Amino acid sequence: MIAIIDYKMGNLFSIYNGIKKAGGEPVLVDGSAVARLREADGIVIPGVGAFGDGVKNFKVFEDVFFEMLRSGTPVLGICLGMQMFFESSEESGGHGLSVLKGSVVRLPSDVTTPHMGWNSLRILKETPILGGIKDGDYFYFVHSYHCIPEDARCVVAVTDYGGTVVAVIQEKNVYATQFHPEKSGRKGLRVLENFVRVCRS
Amino acid sequence: MLARRIIPCLDCDLAVPQGRVVKGIEFKRIRYAGVPWELAAKYDEQGADEIVFLDITASHERRETMVNVVRKTAENVFIPLTVGGGIRSVEDARKLFTAGADKVSINTAAIKNPKLVTEISKFFGSQACVVAIDAKRRYLGTKERERAEKEGKIIVETSQGPCWFECSVYGGRKFTGVDAIRWAMEVEALGAGEILLTSMDRDGTKDGYDIELTKAVSERVRIPVIASGGCGTLEHFEEVFKKTKASAALAASIFHYAEYSIGEIKEFLRSKGIPVRFE
Repeated sequence: MIAIIDYKMGNLFSIYNGIKKAGGEPVLVDGSAVARLREADGIVIPGVGAFGDGVKNFKVFEDVFFEMLRSGTPVLGICLGMQMFFESSEESGGHGLSVLKGSVVRLPSDVTTPHMGWNSLRILKETPILGGIKDGDYFYFVHSYHCIPEDARCVVAVTDYGGTVVAVIQEKNVYATQFHPEKSGRKGLRVLENFVRVCRS
Repeated sequence: MLARRIIPCLDCDLAVPQGRVVKGIEFKRIRYAGVPWELAAKYDEQGADEIVFLDITASHERRETMVNVVRKTAENVFIPLTVGGGIRSVEDARKLFTAGADKVSINTAAIKNPKLVTEISKFFGSQACVVAIDAKRRYLGTKERERAEKEGKIIVETSQGPCWFECSVYGGRKFTGVDAIRWAMEVEALGAGEILLTSMDRDGTKDGYDIELTKAVSERVRIPVIASGGCGTLEHFEEVFKKTKASAALAASIFHYAEYSIGEIKEFLRSKGIPVRFE
């Protein structure tokens, strides 16, 4: 079972359908059923919206989430979910979950914001969730802030938008994408299939 | 590199129980193009970058039909979905987002109640709020020009002479006196994440996008602009991407009549050096 954390940040229908299409068994877990996270083979933190609200709404999940994280359960943060893994954000100035060291900053002012549309990946390293994905493949991005990890070794793919933008991260069992795999057509479904496979192994 | 997007627009008639996509320019000769979610899946397969569903009946009482169309589509189509037509409140928008829409497009309701733009972008994010602008050229003689200037209209020097652009609502049936270019700048400030800009002069003509209009708007706002109205050939896509800053181009009949597949359009654009997405 793959738990999709429902912390009231955007519509979860697409990611639910995406995990199902990718062969996983998605279950939406909201704040009233946090203990269900313990049954999960993998955890997805999706999310569209503001950083401050996201972190606040996530509070109720934190204890069980960190327990699962430490036990080695694969987690996938998508878009806002990825940004929340870091220590802080310029957006609403709040503290993040500090799963990874680094911060989240606004995109450069000379490019159209939000960064919205299909952009191509530059793959820097092999990682299980990018299996079958080639350099130059397109994914759907929608965001106004981007992640600056302190340790660049966790960055496995980037894209270019007014400079280099971190697109995919992996550190041990922590996976994250700035793009939306659930909105990125067949390539996006491939990323979700890869994550489902990681959760089963 | 960020790709320029190709977006098929599916005009939905919700007067039949499941809803259907129609094609054709003359209302009397309206023709049935297919089942909405099946067509959406077909265009996704061909490489569409996004799908727009437009409720041409804009009927409040048939909201549930559109919600079902979106839900069925989102089960199989994993690219962004935009829904427009008849959305009047945050609650209307919420129902569509819950069913799997990524963006809603508002036109008449935004002009009547600009606060709705701010509310939708506050609740669901600016990326989820598209404002559709239907613009018509209003050519100006010398005297009229002086008056238009005094009124603060933005005047564009076109190859047919100076004009300003007027916003229309209710699917082009009513004109508002609102300057379309100024309105575009205003909705950006109100929180819109994207502008769907349709030329009423070109819509249905296959004479090509209104380049002068698209250029005027896309150079004045920092949010993405989707060009719409008039596309009939491959060269029209090339022209709008080369001559304007439009992020995306929308078309309908060129796809429904299978004149070109989306793959063919993208191959053509790639050969002209325009970045497009292939899977």
